[in-house]
Amino acid sequence: MVYLDHAATTPMLPEAIDALTAALAVVGNPSSIHSAGQQAKRLLEESREQIAATLGADGIEIVFTGNGTEAVNLAIKGLWWQRHTAAGVVAGAAEAPVARRRILMPAGEHHATIDTVEWLVAHEGAEVVELPIDEVGRVRLDVLADELDRDAASVALVTMLWANNEVGTIEPVEEAARMTARAGVPLHVDAIAAYGQVPIDFHGIRRATDAPRGAGLVALSVSAHKIGGPAGIGALVLDRSAAVEPLIHGGGQQRKVRSGTQDVAAAVSFAAAAKVTASRLGDDAARMSALRDRLVAGVAATVPDARLSGDVGPGASVRLPGNAHFSFPGCEGDSLLFLLDAAGVAVSTGSACQAGVPEPSHVLMAMGRSEADARGALRITIGHSSTDADVDAFLSALPAAHALAAKAGLAARATSFDR
Amino acid sequence: MSGGVDSAVAAARAVEAGHEVVGVHLALSRMPGTLRTGSRGCCTIEDSMDAQRAANVLGIPYYVWDFSERFKADVVDDFIAEYSAGRTPNPCMRCNERIKFAALLEKALALGFDAVATGHYAKVVTGASGALELHRANAESKDQSYVLGVLTAEQLAHAYFPLGDTASKQLVRAEAAERGLSVAQKPDSYDICFIPDGDTKGWLAERVGTETGDIVDRSGAVVGSHEGAHAFTVGQRRGMRLGTPASDGKPRFVLEVRPKENTVVVGPKEALAIGLIAGSRYSWAGLDPVASGLVAADGEAFDCEVQIRAHADPVPASAVLDGGELVVTPVQPLDGVAPGQTAVIYVGTRVLGQFTIDRTVSAVPVGA
Repeated sequence: MVYLDHAATTPMLPEAIDALTAALAVVGNPSSIHSAGQQAKRLLEESREQIAATLGADGIEIVFTGNGTEAVNLAIKGLWWQRHTAAGVVAGAAEAPVARRRILMPAGEHHATIDTVEWLVAHEGAEVVELPIDEVGRVRLDVLADELDRDAASVALVTMLWANNEVGTIEPVEEAARMTARAGVPLHVDAIAAYGQVPIDFHGIRRATDAPRGAGLVALSVSAHKIGGPAGIGALVLDRSAAVEPLIHGGGQQRKVRSGTQDVAAAVSFAAAAKVTASRLGDDAARMSALRDRLVAGVAATVPDARLSGDVGPGASVRLPGNAHFSFPGCEGDSLLFLLDAAGVAVSTGSACQAGVPEPSHVLMAMGRSEADARGALRITIGHSSTDADVDAFLSALPAAHALAAKAGLAARATSFDR
Repeated sequence: MSGGVDSAVAAARAVEAGHEVVGVHLALSRMPGTLRTGSRGCCTIEDSMDAQRAANVLGIPYYVWDFSERFKADVVDDFIAEYSAGRTPNPCMRCNERIKFAALLEKALALGFDAVATGHYAKVVTGASGALELHRANAESKDQSYVLGVLTAEQLAHAYFPLGDTASKQLVRAEAAERGLSVAQKPDSYDICFIPDGDTKGWLAERVGTETGDIVDRSGAVVGSHEGAHAFTVGQRRGMRLGTPASDGKPRFVLEVRPKENTVVVGPKEALAIGLIAGSRYSWAGLDPVASGLVAADGEAFDCEVQIRAHADPVPASAVLDGGELVVTPVQPLDGVAPGQTAVIYVGTRVLGQFTIDRTVSAVPVGA
């Protein structure tokens, strides 16, 4: 099996597997007072610090969650309730609560964000302002600036991706952080797709953007399984100055932000993966982008009408190093996926699924592409374990798969069984 | 693989027969329900998961193919349009004709497959002439050859029904249990899959709207009112809420639906009796009667049986192809025939073909 869907999940690193199995044997609830508890607590806090170090943050700022999606939910709902609902109460006095209803969100976000924001709109009276993205998938900062200038006081929060999970476009996070810092508005960044692929320096951005307390970049979501750690653990980097309402109540663990017994083994394994990934970040990125570039060139040579989506550069910091994303005109992405799978090559259509049905990508649609283009999309993502042989296998399987998928694509439009 | 027991066992048998099998679940709705409700037997996420679990047990790959747009255009919208026009369509038949053995088959062939195997109870056999024929299943009470009557020779050549030889559904369930398939005891589906709660009348009213119209007897006298002619089906007895009893005191039945006038015609049960049905939209499931040697030439009558609903009894009849119209005269009158219904013609267990009924002649003249 040739695995080229590392953006979905990537194989666990041997170091992470070893760390996990070793830590599973350790007894002790980190909240217990006795020595066993203290031993578990030590492992947990060491892990927190190691992960924080790879993100330019402090251990205390790492809130472990069940996954990346929970981290995104905690950031968005937590900031919303704090800024909208709680703000008026905290301000006290007789005047009406501050009406911070607006959430600024680019089009083309991950569903973890979109669906969370839509839920707040449907149930909590939030208003969403969708910021347009350009033809490569990058947020229009001029529109963000306009919205903040127009009425910053009504903005509860701004949320955006560090890098787009489908087309790999790296977003102007520092500029957005600067704008929100100036406007006094908190910014959450979903860095789940970017973590482990590009450097992330949480404090560095806060310093560079002169972020005041509670504003600018205050929250950032990551997930372990995207960097070779286990699935089932994510983290929200939460600045000390940022207050969020918890989603889960209970024993008050983790700054009372996320109650529940903490998963020491998962945290230890996450930390092991973070450490290894960070130690070879530059090398891996260079190797991955070289493989990716060879893959892109190979596709262009064999299927000339394939269209590479996202930012094609120049420059290394415009696109995730492992991401290639094509539209194959006249083909259905799911036909290509099926045929490549049958040939032993695992890739993705890149977009969200309902019961296994690929929907036309909302990201591509927001980039101004046609529904036909969106249906013919295929995402190929390279990861830490990818090799030249993987790229070769993909390139040798593609022509036959493409020819059949094109034929099936024609069939989808008119069938000879029609009468 | 719908997520039901029949398609799961069909897949299992196809695997066991040595074929290279891939499980495909059809996504027919863009907004599938999460969980199965009532007797609805397909199209929810739960059903998709059931299908995938069956594929897992069989060790075959599994994919969901999205035909929701085609299904909406060719089956759902067609269903609404037909009802609006006062006809009574069979959406399962339409789905077989347009989706399963057209869109799905075409895509499958293009992707390199040889055939579409389904859990239908029917048989494809090679006839004496060497041509493929469609026949009733051995499991008489489950026979689904009627809804496959629309298949042409070309479609039959790529259709595979592994359950056709099985004597009963009970045997299929027992086999599923033996094979460790979790859907062994899953309830059968009866309703129209895209009408989740089974309330066809309410579902249609939402889409077609309601408009008060007259219920008249055969003489044209108004005997009641209704909220939309589309809600009525020929042969229907209940739900008319007629205030005044019929002069003869007998129950009244829907005889005709006239959508353009939004009028429903009612009358006695005897008036439902239809002595002749005909239609110009017909197809042969394999060779046509001339090529089959049933008749020497067009215009020559041949003996057959005619079935007008999925679960109706077949009735002996005489058929003739006359000037592009297939005309069928049953030996005894048929009850509850509605225009738009499909009549399937059998010769013994063999499906000869089908036509959409667009003309009927009453067996009892008005006033009789």
